[in-house]
Amino acid sequence: MNQEAIHEGEFFINGDEACAEGAIAAGCRFFAGYPITPATEVAETMSRRLPQVGGVYVQMEDEIASMNAILGASWAGVKSMTSTSGPGFSLMMENLGLGVMLETPCVLVNIQRAGPSTGLPTLAGQGDIMQARWGSHGVYEIIALVPNSPQEIFDLTITAFNLSEKYRVPTLVMADEVVGHMSEKVVLRRLDPAEIWQRPRPEVPREEYLPYKADKDLIPPMAIAGEGYRFHVTGLTHDERGYPSMTAEAQDRLVRRLVEKIRLNRKDIIRYEEIDVEDAEVIVCAYGIASRVARHAVQMARDEGIRAGLFRLITVWPFAEERIRELAGRVKGFLVPEINYGQIALEVERCACGQAQTVLLPHMGGGVHHPEQILRAIKEIAG
Amino acid sequence: MTGTASKEKWHIEEYLRVDRMPHIWCPGCGIGPATSAFIRSVERAGIDPDKIALVSGIGCAGRVAGYVRLDSFHTTHGRAIPFATGLKLGNPSLHVVVFSGDGDLVAIGGNHLIHAARRNVDMTVICVNNFNYGMTGGQLGPTTPLEANTSTSPYGNFDPPFNLPGLVAAAGASYVARWTLVHPRQLEKSMTEALTRPGFNFIEVVAPCPTLYGRLNKLGAGVDELRLYRKRCSIQNGADPSQVAIDLTGPVVVGKFVEKERPTFGERLRGVGEKARQRKK
Repeated sequence: MNQEAIHEGEFFINGDEACAEGAIAAGCRFFAGYPITPATEVAETMSRRLPQVGGVYVQMEDEIASMNAILGASWAGVKSMTSTSGPGFSLMMENLGLGVMLETPCVLVNIQRAGPSTGLPTLAGQGDIMQARWGSHGVYEIIALVPNSPQEIFDLTITAFNLSEKYRVPTLVMADEVVGHMSEKVVLRRLDPAEIWQRPRPEVPREEYLPYKADKDLIPPMAIAGEGYRFHVTGLTHDERGYPSMTAEAQDRLVRRLVEKIRLNRKDIIRYEEIDVEDAEVIVCAYGIASRVARHAVQMARDEGIRAGLFRLITVWPFAEERIRELAGRVKGFLVPEINYGQIALEVERCACGQAQTVLLPHMGGGVHHPEQILRAIKEIAG
Repeated sequence: MTGTASKEKWHIEEYLRVDRMPHIWCPGCGIGPATSAFIRSVERAGIDPDKIALVSGIGCAGRVAGYVRLDSFHTTHGRAIPFATGLKLGNPSLHVVVFSGDGDLVAIGGNHLIHAARRNVDMTVICVNNFNYGMTGGQLGPTTPLEANTSTSPYGNFDPPFNLPGLVAAAGASYVARWTLVHPRQLEKSMTEALTRPGFNFIEVVAPCPTLYGRLNKLGAGVDELRLYRKRCSIQNGADPSQVAIDLTGPVVVGKFVEKERPTFGERLRGVGEKARQRKK
């Protein structure tokens, strides 16, 4: 599919642009969006690049429409994406739920800014992490990735498409304004077809196909419109045929599977990076732009002889629960610097189960922590 | 049965999910006959049913997606049109149909409706207008005539309604028609035309809701409401769509109001692709 139009080599671009290039490399050929700072450059890049690779860019009337359009395109068999920031992310929540319920592969990028409400449109925040997990109504599991550099947003946008196709779930790229707007060297590349995951496809005769009959891995093969399967899908609770089924039993069967297809596969999904944690007595748990400041602070602590380490989340959802629990048994405490008033800190505290203290270092948004602030907090925990 | 599919040709199980019958619609409801007209129009248009994608929102008419044996999508309230837009742009060879109700398409989905008309996205939108929200128990909606009784306008409706043909025509729809269920042949013909022509095609189907709107406004059974429409209807093909608003007691003007050629969104998109490839060279 027009491989020569996919960029290769070293580029000096910002995170938003790198995100768009990652999507194109992953095979995304449909983007629907609405302008919003600081995610606009993702849409701008897509509007320029998608027509070059035979794809479609469309600017919708709002973020509600954008989210729906990418679901529709996915059911037409096209990998699809939208990007937004806080206010638009809130508008997308309704149909993020539809995406979960219909088990629709697609990618939603949130370049987080500081909120609530209009907040600080041009400045960083990490306040949407819990919304990513719980923002749509009802019971579900989601996958969310948290890149900390332009290179990583390129790489993780590809990962997001792969996980989304593999598990048939909308997948979130939860970057932040600094990562979106900073320019760094990014190595763009064409992917080998073996690196690109495609959604499971039906292998049974058309008349035997049931849209929500899952295999052992809990992922049902997915037909697309126009192939003659004549399937029905609905946002109502449904049975294997895709037909509405208004009972507690049907709800239990369906929702349990929607949750467990992610939970049971968490080892395949969860990603993190550990720096100097082997002998650490204080572990800084951070993600996104805050993790880059934290890394510097951990180095400063080491230089002063304090045994500090960095546990950097690459996926926030599903959460790296088991690993935090293991580490909790060997450290004095966790320090969680995040650009909100405590979201991932709550998860760390829950997973630490009282084995180690968890200290939140909040930042209300509009900037990032100072390394010295983090260093001071590390020292307090180290005692 | 001149002009409609003959009885011999009528294979209902080809187009309906008979394993889902009986349906949930009330006796006398207009949505079933509107669905029948649609199915006959599919057969009459000679379109491969495998290539149709039907999208509905939420509400009584939103349930159509669940009963047709087509690739069908029952989406969220008001969002059928943007979902359908993604389907059509993702696979331009699909015939995309949105089948939903007035509350869904015009209140919560009103913004999507006018923007799809503005873009002239290739799709057929069938809007069953029963003047109220049926699924939730007969509340007023954006089509409820002034002074009509609904469960949320106990003193008579004071919330002025939209005139749907005027709204979508002003927004740019390339085909606009309105029929009631006492015009099944005209309705079927309009649906057939819409299915086989490019651009954004909008058909309003005025339909009885005897359980709620009809009962609350003392219109009698479904058939009585149809008799009333027959009495009040005036066929005026080519009428100015801005002048066909429906009020509580006046004439219900029906007909094909708009049929015009306008570049479709799909055509414009293809133009963008060509420009992008040329500029790269």
